[in-house]
Amino acid sequence: MSRPSWQALLALVAVVAAVALPLADGRSTIFLVDDGLAGFLVVWTVGLAAIFAVWPAGREASIEALFIGAHAGAAYIYLFLPRFAAAAPAWTFGQRPADGSGPVGFGTFLADTAGFWGLFLAVWLLAWLLVTRLSLLRAGGRLGSLLLRILVPALFGIWLLFLWEVVTRALGVPPVLLPPPSAIGARIAASLPTLWADFRQTFLKAVIAGFAIGSGAGFLFALLVDRIPFLKRGLLPIGNLVSALPIIGIAPIMVMWFGFDWPSKAAVVAIMTFFPMLVNTLAGLDAADRIQRDLMRTYAASHGQTLFKLRLPAALPFIFNGLKINTTLALIGAIVAEFFGTPIVGMGFRISTEVGRMSIDMVWAEIAVAALAGSVFYGVMALIERACTFWHPSFRT
Amino acid sequence: MTDEAAAPRGAGILRAIAQKRSTPPLAAAAAGGAVVPVERAPAPVPPAPVVIDVRNLSLTFMTNDGPVDALSGIDLSVHRGEFISLIGPSGCGKTTLLRVIADLEQPTAGSISVNGVTPEEARRNRGYGYVFQAAALYPWRNVARNVALPLEIMGIDKAERDRRVAENLAHVNLTGFERKFPWQLSGGMQQRVSIARALAVEPDLLLMDEPFGALDEIVRDRLNQQLLELWAKTGKTVIFVTHSLPEAVFLSTRIVVMTPRPGKVHDVITSDLPRERDLDIRETPEFLKIAARVRDGLRAGHSYED
Repeated sequence: MSRPSWQALLALVAVVAAVALPLADGRSTIFLVDDGLAGFLVVWTVGLAAIFAVWPAGREASIEALFIGAHAGAAYIYLFLPRFAAAAPAWTFGQRPADGSGPVGFGTFLADTAGFWGLFLAVWLLAWLLVTRLSLLRAGGRLGSLLLRILVPALFGIWLLFLWEVVTRALGVPPVLLPPPSAIGARIAASLPTLWADFRQTFLKAVIAGFAIGSGAGFLFALLVDRIPFLKRGLLPIGNLVSALPIIGIAPIMVMWFGFDWPSKAAVVAIMTFFPMLVNTLAGLDAADRIQRDLMRTYAASHGQTLFKLRLPAALPFIFNGLKINTTLALIGAIVAEFFGTPIVGMGFRISTEVGRMSIDMVWAEIAVAALAGSVFYGVMALIERACTFWHPSFRT
Repeated sequence: MTDEAAAPRGAGILRAIAQKRSTPPLAAAAAGGAVVPVERAPAPVPPAPVVIDVRNLSLTFMTNDGPVDALSGIDLSVHRGEFISLIGPSGCGKTTLLRVIADLEQPTAGSISVNGVTPEEARRNRGYGYVFQAAALYPWRNVARNVALPLEIMGIDKAERDRRVAENLAHVNLTGFERKFPWQLSGGMQQRVSIARALAVEPDLLLMDEPFGALDEIVRDRLNQQLLELWAKTGKTVIFVTHSLPEAVFLSTRIVVMTPRPGKVHDVITSDLPRERDLDIRETPEFLKIAARVRDGLRAGHSYED
């Protein structure tokens, strides 16, 4: 018999606490068992899921119970949050409440809402167990394993958002410090046209153009440096110098050279992405084994034949490394460059102006769009890499 | 995918050849089909044309620890159709000599001609096939495209490429593995692919640098046998670097024993074993006699280290 799961045992204790202690006991008092059918269902689904999960044996059954228990509990907590805010004691994140009622300390606040935090803890522990056991699961079939590969990180992400939501709202964190994800989501939904215009300006124009120019130039320059040894000595140190230029310094200069619109941002991105590509390509061109080169020599292959049939294919893993680094660098470069003069559109412009107007949820909305765009950009590059370097030991099947 | 998977096919071919050998007229016909004269023994017969001529060749590497004499005063003539083994301990220059012949290293003194021209011209004329210690297959190309690589470089058209790929993969018993990638093959199969790749160039001269050094004894025996059959069938000139004594004696018509520091030719032993051999020959007195002489040469090369 394997050892019982401590998360499940702790979750049981937390459920008992959630039943015994008030969810909120300040401006009014609410107990979980007072909450009619919803409260009754939550106690039993969460409690039973915890009981099922104590012994890791019979894993599949416990995974389903965990899934239902954790998400029923999470739904209840989410729907309860407005009532919690109305009932909880007056602790407003370290500030004196506006209505002049005496603020309570953090300890008192926690003690008077212990039932709520107990339920929250129980639900979180169940979710933890759920993700742990799901990631240990071996799915049969391609579709099953694909679904599992998506499900585990998706669940993990959703539960992180849930944690963020509950903590910011239950503790009353000021939105200027950290808005709850639901507020950011609402802001995104309400500002889709603006976000799209910013995305088009910054990503589709500046990032893509700058990335293509910078990476392409880095690649061609590497081929040139490789062909002409003198350039390796003379120009490589200068390339190094360019890479060390501070983006904060060159962005305004690029604005003077190329104007306020996106070309100046593309220029900054090009400068930022040039050097990683150059260095990676150069390293890649040296990646072919000596014996593989000797082989080409015994065939009396020309420089071009050796390049295209041996050295470039062998360099691909390095080249894609450079491209992947550049996807994130390009996004950062384009956004930061917009802080130094821009038309009234663009992700960097929006972030800098909305911060000034204290509408932090809009800043977060832009951050979310940037994170999503950056991840997708990187992901696409990784997929292309996989297709091109299927032979590399890290991808072989 | 392992070598064992291919074993039944290989065994079948060996059997077929063994049967052939049991009927003298057929065997004689097979030998006669080759370009080489039937008489291989050393001797009164006028020798076949010289393919490689090495005269007083020396090569000194300049290293950080000072000059190193890799080769010193080497003299060697190789005639068409011979199977020459270069044997000796590590550092005796056998691989360096092969690389000089292939124009992968430049000698510092002496003269060398390959196919009657300088090694560089011979290389530019694609005058030889070279098999390295490692298979050196390109992992992004499948087996067929690896074998086709030199043909692409030589600008040979697609139909002829396909023909030669199929033919040479059949030579090394790898028909059916065309679409596999190198990393899906065992070490022995990879090395056979690299031999097929060298043969696809259809060179008269085959330079082999310890091609079976990294393989286990059983695979090595089988590949040795296949190599001999191939050599008998095609009449190519082979120069074979090894540090395995039985391998050298089993394969060669002449064995060049080299000694290190500086790399020198210590002895050249002409084998009087019949041209057609199988692995059992290694237990015969004639074989052991030659092996003993080679071993003496190797010992002499080591003597001053004791």
